[in-house]
Amino acid sequence: MTRTEIVVVGGGPAGLAASLAASRSGAKVLLIERQAQLGGQLVKQTHRFFGSSAQSAGVRGITIARDLAGQAASMPEITVWTQTEALGYYAGGTLLAERPERVEIVQGARMVLCVGASERPLAFPNNDLPGVYGAGAVQTLMNVYGVLPGRRVVMVGAGNIGLIVSYQLLQAGVEVAAILEAAPQVGGYLVHAAKIARAGVPIMTSHSVVAAFGETELVGIRAARLGPDWRPVPGTGFDVDCDVLCLAVGLSPLVELARLVGCEVCYIPELGGYVPVHDDELETTVPGVYVAGDAAGVEEASSALIEGHLAGLAAAHGLYPQVDYEAHRGAALAELEALRAGPTGAKIRVGLSKMAQVKGGGRQ
Amino acid sequence: MRIKDHPILDFPPRREVAFTFEGRELIGYEGEPIAAALQAAGIRVLREMPGGRPRGFFCAIGNCSSCYVVVDGRPNVRSCIEPLREGMRVSRQIGHGELR
Repeated sequence: MTRTEIVVVGGGPAGLAASLAASRSGAKVLLIERQAQLGGQLVKQTHRFFGSSAQSAGVRGITIARDLAGQAASMPEITVWTQTEALGYYAGGTLLAERPERVEIVQGARMVLCVGASERPLAFPNNDLPGVYGAGAVQTLMNVYGVLPGRRVVMVGAGNIGLIVSYQLLQAGVEVAAILEAAPQVGGYLVHAAKIARAGVPIMTSHSVVAAFGETELVGIRAARLGPDWRPVPGTGFDVDCDVLCLAVGLSPLVELARLVGCEVCYIPELGGYVPVHDDELETTVPGVYVAGDAAGVEEASSALIEGHLAGLAAAHGLYPQVDYEAHRGAALAELEALRAGPTGAKIRVGLSKMAQVKGGGRQ
Repeated sequence: MRIKDHPILDFPPRREVAFTFEGRELIGYEGEPIAAALQAAGIRVLREMPGGRPRGFFCAIGNCSSCYVVVDGRPNVRSCIEPLREGMRVSRQIGHGELR
């Protein structure tokens, strides 16, 4: 049995920020990470970040990951277990963790769930063919492991992930035949879309993939124009040769562990689907259990960093009351509000107001 | 298919290790995921689902279980996060796999 004060599950931006905030308040932290290295999805983000300068705008994700992991390593209060997966949860705060070749029982007073999100699939014939990959998967393959996914790619989705990964494919020397976007307009930042357009890659709005072809591996796809009802318009289908189809059609929070712990979960499409009910300090309906980052609602790494910080502060405050807690909390909330201001934050603001209603309504 | 020149990233030299896939001898880098080494060798079909449909990886971060292979007789190994080691014997998982 390993005893600690705060267990943080997930070593991405939210989990790292939570661990750092909690340990700086004096709490003993155990940080559990499934992969061999810390950083979560930051480790594949070679682009420079937007947002406020306090949240590393202008810095590449890979650099932020390295910096945060270094800070965590220098804190004696933080113990890091990599290649460790949270497998089970038992009443009273007992967590079962699988480490290489052994299983550990972990007991903590507080828990912060920063487990992230998973890439959504899309329904069309042959969507299971090898070569149909998540856009994040392709990004991992290229930017973390230096392996090319194929020769010619079709991207589905012109949100930020679809645009950024398309650009990174071009940087790695892979041809991007087209980006298909079901909506009538590009969803991501125009600065990314402009880079793609300058490189000569067509961004086809109101288009999507309707079928994939191949015997044992992907060799091509059929695309079609979508009508106002989001259905393919008959007679508009055309075929594109490609050995990779990248799906960048959104993420869903990973809620399995929260459900296992007994946290109430609600469905809010603007936050990515099912999401643990939480208040603005990121505490779930189970006292002492917090959630932060994409696991609390799919957003950006910049907001995951602040949410993690906030959850770490709140979790530690119950154990080691801080005189300046309210000031730190207020500053973090103000930073989040600034990050979510403007048209790009509209969706998340709707999602969060729905969350506030669920929370305030005292729904069971 | 490995990236050789990249405008932002450097891929420092790593130790090469020999392993087999379906009995075929291959070379990969120690510690990279098995699926990355296979993809680099042009191998994308990693398993056969119950019913016979071929599958490769999908998420590449250990979430989705699309990429199960058999390693040294052990089934249900997520090849996208399992580090490659010298001498590993890797094969496609057929169906649900069999526990020894």
